[in-house]
Amino acid sequence: MDGSGKGNLDQVKHVLLVLSGKGGVGKSTITTELALAFRHAGKKVGILDVDLCGPSIPRMLSVGKPEVHQCDSGWVPVYADPQQQQLALMSIAFLLEDSDEAVIWRGPKKTALIGQFVSDVAWGELDILLVDTPPGTSDEHLAVLENLRKHRVDGAVLVTTPQAVSTGDVRREITFCKKTNLKILGIVENMSGFVCPHCSECSNIFSKGGGEELAKLTGSAFLGSVPLDPLLTESLEEGRDFLQAFPESSTFTAISHIANTLLNSLNA
Amino acid sequence: MADVPNDAPEHCPGTSSDQAGKSSACQGCPNQSICASGATKAPDPAIEEIKQKMTSVKHKILVLSGKGGVGKSTFSAHLSHALASDSSKEVALLDVDICGPSIPKIMGLEGEQVHQSGSGWSPVYVEDNLAVMSIGFLLSSPDDAVIWRGPKKNGMIKQFLRDVDWGEVDYLIVDTPPGTSDEHLSIVQYLSGAGIDGAVIITTPQEVSLQDVRKEIRFCKKVNLPILGVIENMSGFVCPKCKNTSQIFPPTTGGAQRMCEELNLPLLGRIPLDPRIGKSCDEGKSFLTEVPDSPAAAAYQSIVQKIRDYCASHSASDDSC
Ligand SMILES: Nc1ncnc2c1ncn2[C@@H]1O[C@H](COP(=O)(O)OP(=O)(O)OP(=O)(O)O)[C@@H](O)[C@H]1O
Ligand SMILES: Nc1ncnc2c1ncn2[C@@H]1O[C@H](COP(=O)(O)OP(=O)(O)OP(=O)(O)O)[C@@H](O)[C@H]1O
Ligand code: SF4
Ligand SMILES: [Mg+2]
Ligand SMILES: [Mg+2]
Ligand SMILES: [Zn+2]
Repeated sequence: MDGSGKGNLDQVKHVLLVLSGKGGVGKSTITTELALAFRHAGKKVGILDVDLCGPSIPRMLSVGKPEVHQCDSGWVPVYADPQQQQLALMSIAFLLEDSDEAVIWRGPKKTALIGQFVSDVAWGELDILLVDTPPGTSDEHLAVLENLRKHRVDGAVLVTTPQAVSTGDVRREITFCKKTNLKILGIVENMSGFVCPHCSECSNIFSKGGGEELAKLTGSAFLGSVPLDPLLTESLEEGRDFLQAFPESSTFTAISHIANTLLNSLNA
Repeated sequence: MADVPNDAPEHCPGTSSDQAGKSSACQGCPNQSICASGATKAPDPAIEEIKQKMTSVKHKILVLSGKGGVGKSTFSAHLSHALASDSSKEVALLDVDICGPSIPKIMGLEGEQVHQSGSGWSPVYVEDNLAVMSIGFLLSSPDDAVIWRGPKKNGMIKQFLRDVDWGEVDYLIVDTPPGTSDEHLSIVQYLSGAGIDGAVIITTPQEVSLQDVRKEIRFCKKVNLPILGVIENMSGFVCPKCKNTSQIFPPTTGGAQRMCEELNLPLLGRIPLDPRIGKSCDEGKSFLTEVPDSPAAAAYQSIVQKIRDYCASHSASDDSC
């Protein structure tokens, strides 16, 4: 391997950011499910988790807390599937001694680690690198963009829940994308409608349709809505592959559709 | 000197940070020698000014969570409404979520602007005894993004505490963004002279949320911030048609209850999922007056009473010493 001059991202074909102005709308969930869907489509996928204060991906992929090893060109990512090595992951969770430890860092320190995450992870060959982000438009977002820019970024997937409190924050995220010249690949409406498992009545716990409206209002593509599905929460809690476990569910259909649309738009 | 002087480069780490004058961004900055000398790292005089300012504020409560979207802003807003329903109390709600301010919308104040008065910025009033401050009131359109790095956010929080004309206040409620970073460190540091009664921690029942909340609790311990208790929000959903309960965010590791037992913290209560809460927030109304006779409203009221009691006992012990 050649650590000089050649970057670790040289063999990464596509880079996708998952963003939202709002917290808890399902950025990490959508990142995880997209990664699994891409992988089922035969792609080699990486996830870079830049949520430094609240990393969720390691649990959602059930990788535990393995040690991160060094090689000539930097950190070796952790594989969610150690045998096949088709799904690679890097997260700050792997660098903490104790999983309850708080990362009490101000912006400049976060910026420095993200710089390292972007340049020093030896991803090797990847079809798609997904970047999971914390909510907001601040240090992490600027840092990851600034560093990835030198390489390539295909664009961002914006996640929102339907209610106005969430779409309001995502409107601001859209402005962020425009200001930083980041292409918006589309908007996902998550947690849209809950179907009662007892009587099949659909309750719109977090309202409905807000994501689609936002897409219209801002002239962005609407990628689809993912229902509020307790089986999805549960799968993520246990780090189980939801797509493999529940291929008959409407949630599966929704996620696969979004993943396929993205693969088409990337020409991947 | 300001935290980020106007002539500083974009990556300025902040003049009071450990890196001041030393980071790579400081190369060529006109302030480098003064920052490197350490002079700018002296305790921020604002802490003392804020202490003076806050002598008219009896109780200060932070609403925190390591996890996003668990209902911090919703709870902060309803705690403020509930406390202000006693017209003899003055309540102030401060939103330090600089990049994702939700409070203007939830309080029905979207489009409001702050006014400059002789003694500083005046907050926006929902009612005579309920004042609100948020960066949302300083933005000109709902599309405005606040693309700021940490030091600039810190400067804004300092201004909110030092330059807002809060007047006599019984309760100051502070809504925060998720995480353990600039906003959290700043609010705790700037209020260190004035003193904070404690933090209310919000979580949802599932482990993906609890694992971040445990980090927030570590943060509180590290900065010596007392924890009033934990609230489990979005705890179960009762189907309006068949009345069966679904655990949409299942407590796979025992929920907030188990965490509280393990960490020896009080569980203040559980609030169920109720679509009318989200609807009230979207419409900028108080759920407590919209649907007062619901289980969720009862849960809110019981939690608020515990917070009132805590504050009352807190000030009683303050007076005795
Ligand atoms: N469609 C869905 N159905 C059911 N549960 C969901 C769905 N989407 C997300 N969740 C659950 O909601 C919680 C929040 O989701 P997630 O952690 O992905 O959000 P986030 O946007 O990454 O949050 P943060 O802002 O804290 O990073 C998780 O427990 C997740 O399992
Ligand atoms: N008990 C509940 N039942 C139904 N909806 C709720 C409940 N609590 C909060 N919500 C809704 O959930 C969404 C998230 O809540 P909120 O914005 O208060 O979370 P937050 O923790 O402040 O998020 P952020 O991390 O982005 O600041 C809002 O739309 C709110 O209306
Ligand atoms: S020297 Fe560094 S810390 Fe000081 S103002 Fe300049 S950039 Fe900021
Ligand atoms: Mg996340
Ligand atoms: Mg909030
Ligand atoms: Zn039902």
